[in-house]
Amino acid sequence: MEAKINKTHREGAVLFSPYDAGSSIKKALEVGRENILFEVRESKIKGRGGAGFPTATKWMLVAAAKADKKYIVCNADEGEPGTFKDRVLLTEYPDLVFDGMVVAGYTIGAEIGILYLRGEYIFMLEQLEDYLISMRQNNLLGKNILGKEGFNFDISIRLGSGAYVCGEETALIESLEGHRGEPRNRPPYPVNTGYMGYPTVVNNVETLASISKIITKGADWFKTHGTEKSTGSKLFSVSGDCKKPGVYELPWGTTLNELIKIVDAENTKAIQVGGASGVCIPKSQFDRQLSYEDASTGGSIMIFNESRKMLHVLKNFMDFFVEESCGQCTPCRIGNVKLLECVERIEKGEYTFSYINSMKDLSRTMQVASKCGLGQSSPNPFLSILENFKDEIFRSKENGVSHA
Amino acid sequence: MLVYEKNSLSDEIEVLIEKFGKERSALLPILQIIEKRHNYISEFAQQEVARLLDIHPVEVYSVVSFYNFLHRYPQGKNIVRLCKTISCDMAGKREIEEALKRELGINFDETTRDKKWTLEYTSCLGMCDQGPAMLVNDKVYTKLDPETAVQIINDTK
Ligand SMILES: Cc1cc2nc3c(=O)[nH]c(=O)nc-3n(C[C@H](O)[C@H](O)[C@H](O)COP(=O)(O)O)c2cc1C
Ligand code: SF4
Repeated sequence: MEAKINKTHREGAVLFSPYDAGSSIKKALEVGRENILFEVRESKIKGRGGAGFPTATKWMLVAAAKADKKYIVCNADEGEPGTFKDRVLLTEYPDLVFDGMVVAGYTIGAEIGILYLRGEYIFMLEQLEDYLISMRQNNLLGKNILGKEGFNFDISIRLGSGAYVCGEETALIESLEGHRGEPRNRPPYPVNTGYMGYPTVVNNVETLASISKIITKGADWFKTHGTEKSTGSKLFSVSGDCKKPGVYELPWGTTLNELIKIVDAENTKAIQVGGASGVCIPKSQFDRQLSYEDASTGGSIMIFNESRKMLHVLKNFMDFFVEESCGQCTPCRIGNVKLLECVERIEKGEYTFSYINSMKDLSRTMQVASKCGLGQSSPNPFLSILENFKDEIFRSKENGVSHA
Repeated sequence: MLVYEKNSLSDEIEVLIEKFGKERSALLPILQIIEKRHNYISEFAQQEVARLLDIHPVEVYSVVSFYNFLHRYPQGKNIVRLCKTISCDMAGKREIEEALKRELGINFDETTRDKKWTLEYTSCLGMCDQGPAMLVNDKVYTKLDPETAVQIINDTK
C-alpha cells in the first residue's frame, strides 16, 4: 500500500481536538510577545523531541538575544526507531505545526523558519509546500502578517538525506549549513550560536503543534491535562505486538498497564519506551507512568509479547547504533561496535561473566564520555535488556547454555 | 566520461548553483538533485560542485560520504530501501527481504546488471504501525507481503 496523505478521524484532548487554522497566529498578534512568553512559561511545556527541555526558557533566551537575525527551526527528522507521530502531525495537522512556527517566529523575533524534514518523508513534501502556499495566500506567511505592521515571516523546507544523528539539534544545524551531520560540542547551545551563527530555537514538530493549542486555549486549560511536572498530553507512537498500533494522544501520567489495554496487547512481556535509545521495561514494572519524571519518552512505544527473544531485539538496536553513529568520538564509534559484538557472543554462548561486566563498565563510560545524546543513550537498551531479562538470556537452553 | 557529458554536467551544476545560490548551505540541496538525476554523484560532479561553490573538493567528498542517501558510485535507476528496524522485523521483514532478493536476483547492497535496481536496508522509516515497510525511490509502501512487494517492483519497471 502506498503511503499517502489522508486525514483520519482522531480524537484527543489537546492536539487532536478541533482547531481553526491560523487562530493561534491571530491570537498571538493580538496579545503580544510578553503575553505569549508568559503563557508558554505558565503552561510548563517541555520539549516533545525527547530531551524535555522547557520550551519557554529556550524562547526567552532567543527573544532576549541581540542579533541581526534569528531563526526558528522545526525538527522533523523523526528518526528514533518506533516513532511516527510527527508524520501524523505533518500530514494531518500541518496547520498546528506551521502556525506554531509562526508564533515562535513572532515571539523570538525571527523572520525565517526552516522545517528540516527527514529524507524518508519526501512523499509528503509536495503537500506541505502546497500548504505553505495557501498560508501565503491567506497572509499567514509573508509580509505584515495579518496586518501586523513589520511582522514578516516565511517558512522553507529542507530535506535530510538519511542520517538519524541529524535529529540531534547541533548536527541538524551542521547539516543545514551544508556539512556532515556531526554534532557540535554544547555549549554553545543553538540559542546562542545556532544556524549560521545566529540565535536559533530548535523545536520538535509536536512541541510547536502544542504551542498553537496553548496560545488559543490558554496555559491553565493545557495544565488540566497531564501531571504536575509533565503538563499536557503526549502523542505516543505504538507499534509491535498489539492489535491496534498507531498514534495515540494520552495524558502524561498514563501507566503502561493502561496503555496496553488501550492498544489491545496480549501476553506482553516487555515494552521498549523511548525507542532504541530508551529503556526496556519488564512486565513487573508495567505500573510505571509515562512522564518526564518516570518513564520518559519522545513517544516511541514498542511492545514485545512472550514469543519474542529479547536478545534479538537488543541486537537489532545495537546494529542500529553502529550504523548511525557519526563516528566523531571514540566512546560511541568503538563502544557500540563492542556492545554489538558482545550481543553476538552471548548469542553464540561464547562469553564469560567478567567479560559481560566489563562491557557494562564500557556502557557506563559511553554514557558519560560520548559527545552527544546518541552515544550517551545507546547503552540504555544494552543495560536494561541484559538486566531485566537476564533469566531469559543467560539461563535458557539457547545462547549456548545447557542445563542438562 | 566523455567530454560532451562532462560539459553538460558542468552546465547542469551551474544552473543548480544559480537556483540555490553560492553559499555553502546550498551544498546538500544541490547534491540531492544530482543524486536524483544521475543515481550517484561522480568524482567529476563533486569536483565541479566544489569549484563552483569555491570550496575544497574534499569538503564535498566528506559530505557525500556521510549521508546514506548520497552515493559515490552508480546505483540502480530505482532504489528499494527496506526497513530493518525491529517493528518491521517483527511484522515480517524477513519474507519481503527474501522475495525481493529472489525476484531481482541480487543481494542487499547490490545493483542489478541492467542497472535498474539497487537493494538497500534502511533504519526506521516511521511506518512502524504499518510494517513491513519499504521506500521505493521517493514513495513509501506499507503493510507489505511478499507478493505485493514484488508486484510493486514489477509495476515500477
Ligand atoms: C541522536 C539524536 C537524535 C535526535 N532526533 C530528534 C528528532 O528526530 N526529532 C526531534 O525533535 N528531536 C531529536 N533529538 C533531540 C534534539 O536534539 C532536540 O533536543 C530537540 O529537537 C529539541 O526540541 P524540543 O525541545 O521541542 O523537544 C535528537 C537527539 C539526539 C541526541
Ligand atoms: S556520541 Fe556518537 S553520534 Fe554523537 S558525536 Fe559521538 S560519535 Fe557522533
